[in-house]
Amino acid sequence: MKKSAIFIVLLVILSLGICGCSKDDSSQIKIGVIAELTGDVPAVGASCKNAAEMAVAEVNDAGGIQLGDKKYKIKLIIEDNAGKADQSASSAQKLITQQKVTAIVGPNASRYALPAAEIAESGKVVLITPWSTAPKATLDSKTGASKKYVFRACFIDPFQGGVLAKFALGNLQLKKAAVLYDVASEYNKGIAEIFKDVYEKNGGKVVAFETYTTNDKDFSSQLTKIKQAAPEVIFLPNYYSEVPLQIQQAKRLGITVPFIGSDSWGSEELIKLCGKDCNDYYFSTHYAADASTDATKKFIASYKAKYGTTPDDVAALTYDSFGLLWQALKTAGKNDRQAVRDALAKIPLYDGVTGNMQFKEGSGDPVKSAVILKIKDGKFSWFANAKP
Amino acid sequence: MTEQRKTFNHSMVYVFQQALNALQLGSIYALIALGYTMVYGILTMINFAHGDLFMIGAFFCFLIAFYLKLSFVPTLLLSMLGVACLGVIIERLAYKPLRKAPRVSAIITALGVGLFLENFTLALSPYPKHIPPLLENTTWTVGSLSLSSLQIIVIVLSLVLMLILDFIVQRTKAGMAMRAISWDKTIVPLMGVPVNKIISLTFAIGTGLGGAAGMMYALAYPVIDPYMGIMVGWKAFISAVVGGIGNIRGAMIGGFILGAVEIMVAAFFPSTYRDFVAFTLLLILLIVRPYGILGKPQPQKV
Repeated sequence: MKKSAIFIVLLVILSLGICGCSKDDSSQIKIGVIAELTGDVPAVGASCKNAAEMAVAEVNDAGGIQLGDKKYKIKLIIEDNAGKADQSASSAQKLITQQKVTAIVGPNASRYALPAAEIAESGKVVLITPWSTAPKATLDSKTGASKKYVFRACFIDPFQGGVLAKFALGNLQLKKAAVLYDVASEYNKGIAEIFKDVYEKNGGKVVAFETYTTNDKDFSSQLTKIKQAAPEVIFLPNYYSEVPLQIQQAKRLGITVPFIGSDSWGSEELIKLCGKDCNDYYFSTHYAADASTDATKKFIASYKAKYGTTPDDVAALTYDSFGLLWQALKTAGKNDRQAVRDALAKIPLYDGVTGNMQFKEGSGDPVKSAVILKIKDGKFSWFANAKP
Repeated sequence: MTEQRKTFNHSMVYVFQQALNALQLGSIYALIALGYTMVYGILTMINFAHGDLFMIGAFFCFLIAFYLKLSFVPTLLLSMLGVACLGVIIERLAYKPLRKAPRVSAIITALGVGLFLENFTLALSPYPKHIPPLLENTTWTVGSLSLSSLQIIVIVLSLVLMLILDFIVQRTKAGMAMRAISWDKTIVPLMGVPVNKIISLTFAIGTGLGGAAGMMYALAYPVIDPYMGIMVGWKAFISAVVGGIGNIRGAMIGGFILGAVEIMVAAFFPSTYRDFVAFTLLLILLIVRPYGILGKPQPQKV
């Protein structure tokens, strides 16, 4: 009897709590963020969260965003997807139906962005993924046409894979390549296949095309096979947490050829995990922290002041995602999901910290350029530009 | 003729290199499999937290090497000791109260302990950690064969630990008590064998070996994260089953077999098929010999 009484009291308290948080505040715009705060790429989630909090704080400190004759404060709701595809989808669902957000930023890695994008599209809520470069993220899974509500702030894999293939053939003059990639991950697989395609069309030869699955730690068998094929360069389109293991094991097996990588390398964590082993290798990414415009310099300076580290590409792209969102909100002039979507699709030219970008013909993929960075003495330094 | 000879040499080197890779991976699986098999042998319980204790071993190694900056041998001994203590504590707190309960309860508790260890480590810091190099790694090249000192240390050290264990179990009084308890749990205590002490000792040795495996894994694959124990733990468990669970020599053999199968499948098939082919082969082996390679069928006592 006593127990059930306590239970009922608890239920009442809990339901009060739920009522309390679903109360609407009309002078607020709610923006949801889905980030990889735990799981296999926590550095990505942390950068995304930092940049998101900074972007929102800047707007709120300035008194909020002016829509029509009213100023709105921004309320940021951050969800952790725990590095899981299913949790990304449920986070998106929660943000849309329970929290009633106006728009969502994130998730970042393609394997998490894809499921969340599906939910956002069916829920008719704008989702901007800062870092997902897999083409499928913005394409309708049934028709293959562009999704209406899903956008991104970065370039896409066909472009990046092509840039890297041409870089290896042109700048490095290496005609025999090997590829080792995670076959269970959308991003790695997509970019590896495009690299192979472009590389071979332009006169190179892929002598080994080896795979592994997420969370593997031993690559000795595949690397021994690669060594046997005697490539001149090895392409590793894998995440920063795996690349150091792959490079270190390759070196232990006596492989001495250079490695190149994709934007998934671009985290300070790579240097921490890799040490000296990653020096003198190249990867393509979204922006270079050392060769920048004024807007970029300002962003880097305030990020450094706030968090004590140089912002990586995820941070810069998240910041740009919010920039796009502010501009769309201002153009729309009201806090309305559909109006924000329409305004975003029509943004003429946005000058972000990662360069100029523009959405064309109803597509959620911006037209923008890439940079090639070189790892020098434990630092990322600008090496070349690649225009679309 | 010489051209043919050259290709032959080339492929021999390739096979030998892959065999070394297999030995390295296999010796780690074998070390972890020992923990599963020892606990099963003495308690007929599968300690599913063992994979996570292996992970804790790697994290102890990281903490000791990073903060205390000790050299290789003290780090190894301290990591083993730390994990062994943790293993004994877990046994006392989580498994001992359930010794008389249905076996399913103990297994579920073990899974719970494993989840606790994972999420506890995760809560402390979700970032993958890099183990500072404790040993100067040198790579020797013989012809086109690459021998790394790290690979050799992992293999030799694992073998030494296994020999020591074999000696303890077969030649010492405590080892005899362990074997006796696994033989019969009701009569042996009546003969004056301190069952609780022996069970604790078994846990200490089994988890200590898991800790050593964690450290060696962390040296060979120096990026560690809280989830690293799950897959490796499952694979080691399968090794133990293949070798005949409860049988110590079987666990060693099982570990090396699984390591070899995994490496060889990836070497000769597209690497995507690795786990699929490896586990199919093991399934077939278990259909032919359900008790594992060295296991003996145990008639159900009525």
